[in-house]
Amino acid sequence: MMAEKTFTVTSDSGIHARPATTLVNKASQFGSDITIECNGKQANLKSIMGVMAMGIQKGAEVKITAEGSDAEEALKAIEDVFKSEGLGE
Amino acid sequence: MSEKIKGIAASSGIAIGKAFILKDPELKIECKKVTDPAQELDRFHSAIAQSKEELEAIKVKADAELGKDKAEIFAAHLLVLSDPELIGAVTQKIESEFICAEAAMDAVSSMYISMFENMDNDYMKERAADIRDVSKRVISHLLGVQFTSPASITEEVVIVAHDLTPSDTAQLNKKFVKGFVTDIGGRTSHSAIMSRSMEIPAVVGTKTVTEKVGQDVQVIIDGLAGEIILNPSDAEIQAYQQKQAEYEEKKEEWKKLVHQKTVTKDNQHVELAANIGNPDDLDGVLNNGGEGIGLYRTEFLYMGRDNFPTEDEQFEAYKKVLEKMEGKPVVIRTLDIGGDKELPYLDLPKELNPFLGFRAIRLCLERQDIFRTQLRALLRASVYGNLKIMFPMIATLDEFRQAKAILNEEREQLVQQGIEVSEQIEVGMMVEIPSTAVMADRFAKEVDFFSIGTNDLIQYTMAADRMNQHVSYLYQPYNPAILRLIHMVIQAAHKEGKWVGMCGEMAGDEIAIPILLGLGLDEFSMSATSILPARSQISKLSKEELAGHIDTILAMDTVDEVIAIVKAL
Repeated sequence: MMAEKTFTVTSDSGIHARPATTLVNKASQFGSDITIECNGKQANLKSIMGVMAMGIQKGAEVKITAEGSDAEEALKAIEDVFKSEGLGE
Repeated sequence: MSEKIKGIAASSGIAIGKAFILKDPELKIECKKVTDPAQELDRFHSAIAQSKEELEAIKVKADAELGKDKAEIFAAHLLVLSDPELIGAVTQKIESEFICAEAAMDAVSSMYISMFENMDNDYMKERAADIRDVSKRVISHLLGVQFTSPASITEEVVIVAHDLTPSDTAQLNKKFVKGFVTDIGGRTSHSAIMSRSMEIPAVVGTKTVTEKVGQDVQVIIDGLAGEIILNPSDAEIQAYQQKQAEYEEKKEEWKKLVHQKTVTKDNQHVELAANIGNPDDLDGVLNNGGEGIGLYRTEFLYMGRDNFPTEDEQFEAYKKVLEKMEGKPVVIRTLDIGGDKELPYLDLPKELNPFLGFRAIRLCLERQDIFRTQLRALLRASVYGNLKIMFPMIATLDEFRQAKAILNEEREQLVQQGIEVSEQIEVGMMVEIPSTAVMADRFAKEVDFFSIGTNDLIQYTMAADRMNQHVSYLYQPYNPAILRLIHMVIQAAHKEGKWVGMCGEMAGDEIAIPILLGLGLDEFSMSATSILPARSQISKLSKEELAGHIDTILAMDTVDEVIAIVKAL
């Protein structure tokens, strides 16, 4: 199973340490492979350093892709994090 | 044999305990070839597991003692330890290159560290330090070297360190850390200020303590005399326990003064206020009988985070302080950032001379977005108490007028929006640049008050960096030059019916207090723990009598002469 969704980052400070921590923690709860793509770069959403290294700023378009048996739930959970952390929509 | 080492008394009190040496471990990593990668992988995973366990414990403790905000950093550190990319890369290196786990871990983390260091964003650059911290912990375990972090202390100790960084001090647990001693620093260095606000005895600037003290060696820290004793004899321990008891007794006596006003022998009232960095310091202020806040350093609201505090966040902090002080005066200083105080999310050019550079009001007048946000938060909070607003680093009248005009613009706007703003807000400035002391007669016509920031006033007047040990002898609070500047400021202000406070370290200094009292200083703002000793001292002094000695004191040639006169009074 595969699911994907695109978000626009609206938080002033982009995806910094705190929201990145929450995102990675959430992603790590699922068996699916989850990736984050932005500006032609891609990283494993379960890797804090991978996500941080992307240096995602406000206004960026990010695409999250989940692939695996729990892909749909994973994507839904990530979407919730985006909303609850005020990261983007 | 016991040994005595001289230093600088940073925080009063006596501490006796085993030394805990806080220093970076020396990690000698050799790139050894191995024949059994599976065994290296085992070692690697157990080092990761050990590190995780430690960090979990630190996080729980930080959560409980420092609050959620400060504990979050450890959650990020934990995630680094379970980062699949990191683990994967190290595993692959061990398996394909047949190298030992520490070399593989070092290579991979170095790659990440340099990747973050090379990002053109200060915030990201600082994340390199986080990765370095985590990687050091893992490699220490692999090498069997002890990794010391102040957060890992779980028994009563005194800390011995070259210096303590803000992040070290944030992790200190007052329950276990009885005192500390450092190689470098002075009375106004970060570690010294922290020790006073934590109320633990400290001696700084010993130059050699880390060379002379080994782990677990018995140490006496005498924060009253500014010295430490290594390997004390039983007799010495007894003597110091006695001294400790006497000090505690004196403290008890001071405690009786908590709810009293500060009055001189000749029945003159002066105000003893406290300097604070954040609302959490207020309990200390009230427990020590502070009659107000003489300096609230708002920059701490902006530090240790990755974006600017919003207007609402600031409003909440200011409101909390004003409410808790219940109508007592609260002087809030607008943002003093820039120069040596950096914010990771505010990109400023590196400067050769940060203390003389783009900082404080200079920065705020340029970056008005930042300034106006803070002013609005202050104005909105003003109805919750007795707010006084103070601008830092004013050098010219134009700067003060400009800052005040911006404040008035924001006030107008808020009032137009129907938001209530107090009518009684006094607006004043710091006197820390000598030009303002010289021009105090002109400034006095336009400000509601002055607050003399002696730490900076002294370093600017003497042209001596207070952090530089080679010129630290020039940091002379009682130099007649400094006293004359203070005299000018107080005279000028009183002529216009304005009041003068002092919010530098000097205000709580035993030798300075009689002089300042004689000079007519109205408000003394100091570390909370200095308030009661100062109140006790002031109650024994006559203001009128001291005023009679001022001409003599101001006519002295040297610091030593001034000290001699004061001691003879």
